[in-house]
Amino acid sequence: MYLEEECLPLSGIQHIAFCPRQFALIHIECQWLENALTFDGRTMHDSTDDPFSYEARGTVLITRAVPLVSTKLGIYGVADVVEFRKCDFGGVSLEGREGLWRPYPVEYKRGRPKQDDRDAVQVCAQAMCLEEMLGVRVDEGALFYGKTRRRQVVKIGAELRARVEYLAGEMHRLYDGGVTPPPHKTAACESCSLAEVCLPGIASRRSSKGYLGVSTLEEPRK
Amino acid sequence: MRKLLNTLYVTTPHAYLSRDGENLVATVDDQERFRVPIHNLEGIVCFNYAGTSPSLMSLCCERGVSLCYLSESGRFLARVSGRVSGNVLLRRKQYRLADADAETAGLAKAFVSGKVLNCRSVLMRFARDHDEKEGSQEVAEAAERLLVYFRALDRSLSADAIRGIEGDAARAYYEVFRHLITEQKESFAFRGRSRRPPLDPMNALLSFLYTLLMMDCASALETVGLDPQVGFLHRDRPGRLSLALDLMEELRPYLVDRLALTLVNNKQVSPNGFVKKESGGVLMDADTRKLVLTEWQKRKQEEITHPFLEEKISIGLIPYVQSLLLARHLRGDLDGYPPFLVR
Repeated sequence: MYLEEECLPLSGIQHIAFCPRQFALIHIECQWLENALTFDGRTMHDSTDDPFSYEARGTVLITRAVPLVSTKLGIYGVADVVEFRKCDFGGVSLEGREGLWRPYPVEYKRGRPKQDDRDAVQVCAQAMCLEEMLGVRVDEGALFYGKTRRRQVVKIGAELRARVEYLAGEMHRLYDGGVTPPPHKTAACESCSLAEVCLPGIASRRSSKGYLGVSTLEEPRK
Repeated sequence: MRKLLNTLYVTTPHAYLSRDGENLVATVDDQERFRVPIHNLEGIVCFNYAGTSPSLMSLCCERGVSLCYLSESGRFLARVSGRVSGNVLLRRKQYRLADADAETAGLAKAFVSGKVLNCRSVLMRFARDHDEKEGSQEVAEAAERLLVYFRALDRSLSADAIRGIEGDAARAYYEVFRHLITEQKESFAFRGRSRRPPLDPMNALLSFLYTLLMMDCASALETVGLDPQVGFLHRDRPGRLSLALDLMEELRPYLVDRLALTLVNNKQVSPNGFVKKESGGVLMDADTRKLVLTEWQKRKQEEITHPFLEEKISIGLIPYVQSLLLARHLRGDLDGYPPFLVR
């Protein structure tokens, strides 16, 4: 259990799933580049072009910008969209509405489905927050991709939950230690918006000592 | 690597800068003369006395566009800086190391090593290209002496010893600098560095360009989250941009000295463009200043391969890349600070 002020942004889950160093640069060193991608992502969130307009009358309720927190995971954030679907059991009561409703988080992404699980862990983390806040079980959520205009169902299974728990633990470990892990250059660095701050290439560069021709620089630091 | 954007230099004395939405607007006598979207700018350098609107200042700070004011003669007046970057761990590390003798000496050594080697490159280049010219022997000897100073740095353990070597190396370099002026020799005669005020046209030219470089270094350091006022080689002094001065040392010969020499040797600037004041200080006239700014901008657009990162970058990004390497060293990603070395 974490205290309220110990909670970290839920968005960090997708960053650490992609690369622990990226997480550290954004959340520990506050190096966030307003690049076209993130900017574009924001405007898409604000767009009036609403992909959730298929609302079946009376059975799905759409809520936006839903605040989330999990003291178990130690994360807080805001869900783009949480749908409440009418159900016979396993749901929650909603003020001013009849019956029971099951929460269903939908995360809205520009671009396309990714090779890795960084989008799925974010939906799963949202689901786990909803479970903790509302005291119901959430077995499913969805991702919506702007580029493909497709919804993709995310099953909230045991394996994905374990992965979220591990990642949330790693977030706190790095954050508490103030540690930025060293870079590991991979193909993923090409698509990373922080590459120009991270300098993934420095990992493989010769050390700064040899660079000056003589060892004019100080001993390595702990 | 990021792209270098444009720097706007405002030289019309009574121009006024304001904001219109996402644009910068320059007005002269209430007439709009110029307009540019803020996202196209890297920085704004004002020589105008009419000033800028607070709303434009806040836009610059929000977008990380540096904004500074220089007097008409290019003396530094002020910089507008926005919110401090959130990289508090980096800044605390910077302050801690600045208080530790061994670490201060290590970084001072890196900055001075870069400076001495780059000064030597400027001299070697001349000695290579002009081995028949008078003074080339003297220049080659000075280059040798700089190598001796560079080796001596390796054995120095205290920051003060390093500062001493830096002074000796600078003297050896400026002693032969006059030989590097191959055209307009009489009018641009150089008898050593004078700063407050510059006593001859060459010193006026150097001082002006050094100020521009210092502004670029201070902005670059702030961009990566370092505090430009807390240095290692240069001791703290209220208001002094010590770390910007530290970072500048290795860049002076390559970015400024060579450009100043080119401007004189290609006769792009002429002695008539300089005015000697009654006090003995020398100032540039408006046209010369404009020409120097234009050439400085052109120089910044040129591309080189960064010697440490081995990536192609614009020359104007060198202060930014070096600031980043310094920050990554302080955060433990690199075992030392690799100064920018001219190949």
